[in-house]
Amino acid sequence: MNIHEYQAKEILKKHGVKVQEGYVAETAEEARQVAQKLNTETGTSWYVIKAQIHAGGRGKGKIQQTNSNGVVLAKSLDEVPEKAKNILGGTLVTHQTGPEGKKVNKVLIAQDVYYPGDSEPKEYYLSVLLDRAKGCNVIMASTEGGMDIEEVAEKTPEKIHKEWIDPAIGLQPFQARKVAFALRLEGKAFKEMVKFIGSLYEAYVSTDSSMFEINPVLKTSDDQILAVDAKVNLDDNALFRHKDLADLRDLSEEDPLEVEAGESGLNYVKLDGNVGCMVNGAGLAMATMDIIKLSGGEPANFLDVGGSANAQTVEAGFRIILKDPNVKAILINIFGGIVRCDRVANGVVEAYKKIGDIKVPIIVRLQGTNAEEGAKIIEESGLKVKSAILLKDAAERVEEALA
Amino acid sequence: MSVLVNKDSKVIVQGFTGSEGTFHAGQMIEYGTNVVGGVTPGKGGQTHLDKPVFNSVAEAVEKAGANVSIIFVPPAFAADAIMEAADAGIKVIIAITEGIPVKDMMVAKDYLKGKDVVLIGPNCPGVITPGEAKVGIMPGFVFKKGRIGIVSKSGTLTYEAADQIVKAGLGISTAIGIGGDPIIGTPTKEAVEMLMNDEETDAIVMIGEIGGNYEALAARWIRETGNKKPVVGFIAGQTAPAGRRMGHAGAIIGGAEDTAEAKMKIMRECGLHVVDSPANIGETMLEALKKAGVKTA
Repeated sequence: MNIHEYQAKEILKKHGVKVQEGYVAETAEEARQVAQKLNTETGTSWYVIKAQIHAGGRGKGKIQQTNSNGVVLAKSLDEVPEKAKNILGGTLVTHQTGPEGKKVNKVLIAQDVYYPGDSEPKEYYLSVLLDRAKGCNVIMASTEGGMDIEEVAEKTPEKIHKEWIDPAIGLQPFQARKVAFALRLEGKAFKEMVKFIGSLYEAYVSTDSSMFEINPVLKTSDDQILAVDAKVNLDDNALFRHKDLADLRDLSEEDPLEVEAGESGLNYVKLDGNVGCMVNGAGLAMATMDIIKLSGGEPANFLDVGGSANAQTVEAGFRIILKDPNVKAILINIFGGIVRCDRVANGVVEAYKKIGDIKVPIIVRLQGTNAEEGAKIIEESGLKVKSAILLKDAAERVEEALA
Repeated sequence: MSVLVNKDSKVIVQGFTGSEGTFHAGQMIEYGTNVVGGVTPGKGGQTHLDKPVFNSVAEAVEKAGANVSIIFVPPAFAADAIMEAADAGIKVIIAITEGIPVKDMMVAKDYLKGKDVVLIGPNCPGVITPGEAKVGIMPGFVFKKGRIGIVSKSGTLTYEAADQIVKAGLGISTAIGIGGDPIIGTPTKEAVEMLMNDEETDAIVMIGEIGGNYEALAARWIRETGNKKPVVGFIAGQTAPAGRRMGHAGAIIGGAEDTAEAKMKIMRECGLHVVDSPANIGETMLEALKKAGVKTA
C-alpha cells in the first residue's frame, strides 16, 4: 500500500526522524492559514507548495488546467493561496502518472529548508528496502541526492553505497556510521546523519514497510539532516497488525473499479486494453493477459477470481469488467483443479442470465476436472458464448472476436 | 531417486483440523500420500481423518517419524509454524499459506540458515511426485508420471504446464511450486538445481513471473553449469504495467530488470528454450527434447 508524502513524514517524525516541517491543506484559504502557522513555528518566510499524489516526478510534472508545476515555491505569505489554487483540484501529469494524470486533492505547505548559512546545503539519497535475493533489508545511500536512483545505479553504480542488515540482530551503530562516512560527512552533520539513519530504520521496521525512500535527504546550511521528501510502501500482508496504518489508505488515489472489485473479494487491476479477462490464479491471469496481446488484443484488466470460481464470483467479475467501456471481448480462463469445470460453467451461465444484456462476445476456456462437461454446458446454454478447452483455441477465439 | 517428496515421505499437516487443512489433507490421503498425522496445538490426542493429531511438530516427529510437513496455518502464525517444523527436525517444509508478512518470512528464513532443512513456499501450490506423493493443493490427476520436472512460481499456471506436457505425450517427474512471495525458501535456481541433479528428470519447465531476479540467477547458473538438460522457460506478465502488484505479493515491476522482457532476454542468452506464449510449453518441450537427442518414447 502506498501513502502520501505528508503521511510518510508524520510516521518519520513519530520515530524521531527530522523532516522538513509542513501542514496539509485542501483549500487555498486553508493553505494560507497553515502557512501562517508554519511561519510562527519555524520562522520560514518562503513556502514550498507540494501536490500530494501517489506518484513521483511532481516537481517537473504539470497541472493540465493551469500549467503550474506540481511543486512550487511561494516567496511570501500572500503568494501561497494563489499558487495553491493553481494546484488544488487540478490534474497533475508526471512521468509516473501516465498521460491521464492524477487529481490533486491536497497540498502540503512546507517550510523552506534551503536557506543560506555557514555551509552549502547539499542533497543526498537514502532508502531502506527489501533485498529479495538476499532475503534481508538493505540501506541504500548516495551522494547523488534528488536524482532518479535507477539512473544513478545504471550510470554511476559506484556512487551507491549498500549496507545489508542482518534480520536477527537489526541495524548496528557501526553500519549507520559506515553509511554516513560513505556520504563523506563530518562533524555535526555526520552525527546528525548517523542518528537520522538509525531512526529511519526504526521507522521502516516498526511499520512493516517494504520501502522507505527519502530523496532528497538534505544537509542544511547549519548542518541539520532533514527528510525533504518521503516515499513509503507498506507491506499489505502486515496491515492486519497495523490498524492505524491501514487507515491511511486514500481511496481517491485508486481506480473506483479496483475499489469495488476489492469489496467483492476480487483481485482486479484496471488496464487500458480492449479484452477483459477473468482467471483463477495470479500467474495464469498474467499469462492470459499475455495470450490476449499475442492474439492481437490488449488486456483490459488483470482479474484473479481466486480458488473458488463460483456463480457469485463470476457474476461479480462480469459486472466489474463490463463497467469498462473499452472492453470489446471477454476471455474467461479457468483451470479447474479442485474446482470442477462443470460447476464453473453453470456459474458462468447463471451469471450471464442474471446480468442479461451482455453485448460483447465471451470466450470461456475451461480446462481440468470435467472440462468436456463444462464445454458442453456452455455450448448447449444457447447463450452467445464460445467455448474452448486448449489455451491455443482460446487465443484463436479471441483473435476471431477482434477481427 | 526423486526430488523432495516420494512414496517414503512421512507427511504431517500443520493446521490439520482447520478447514483448508482438513480438505487438502483429505485429498492428499486419497491420492496416496503417506500422511502420518497432523498438528494442531491443544488438540493433541484426538483423531482427525483417521489420523492422529499431535500438539507439536516435535511430538509428530517423535511418535510418527514425520520428515515432511505441509503448512496451512493462517498468515499471522505461519512463520512460527515454519520455525517450529525446522526446530523439530523436519527435512522438507512446504508452506502453502498466502499472505505472510515479509518481515516474518525474513526472520523465518534466517532461522533456517545452516539447518538441514528445505523450505518450499510460502504462497505456493506445493510439490508433487506423480504416483508417489502429492504434498500440496494441486489437482493430482493432471500430473501423469514421466521425466519432465517443473519449477514454477504460480499455481494454476503449473497445472496448465503439466497438462500441456502430458498432452504432448510426456509426463512429470516432480513439479515444485516455489511460490509467488518476495521471500521464498527455495528460489528458482535452487529448485532447478535439484531437478538437474535428479536421475529421473530429463528436462525442465521453468515458469517465472515479473518481479525479482530469481529467474535470471537460475538462467545464469544453468549456462554456467553447461546446460546439462533442456529447459523450457516462460515468464508471465509481459503485459503487466510497472509499479502494480499483480495478485502475488512478489509480482511487481520495480526496476528495469524485473520485467518479463528483461528476464526472457537473459533466459534466451543463457540457452533456455523461451516461449512467448504460455500455450506453447508442451510443443516446445517436444522440440527441445528432439534437439537434445532425448528419446521420448
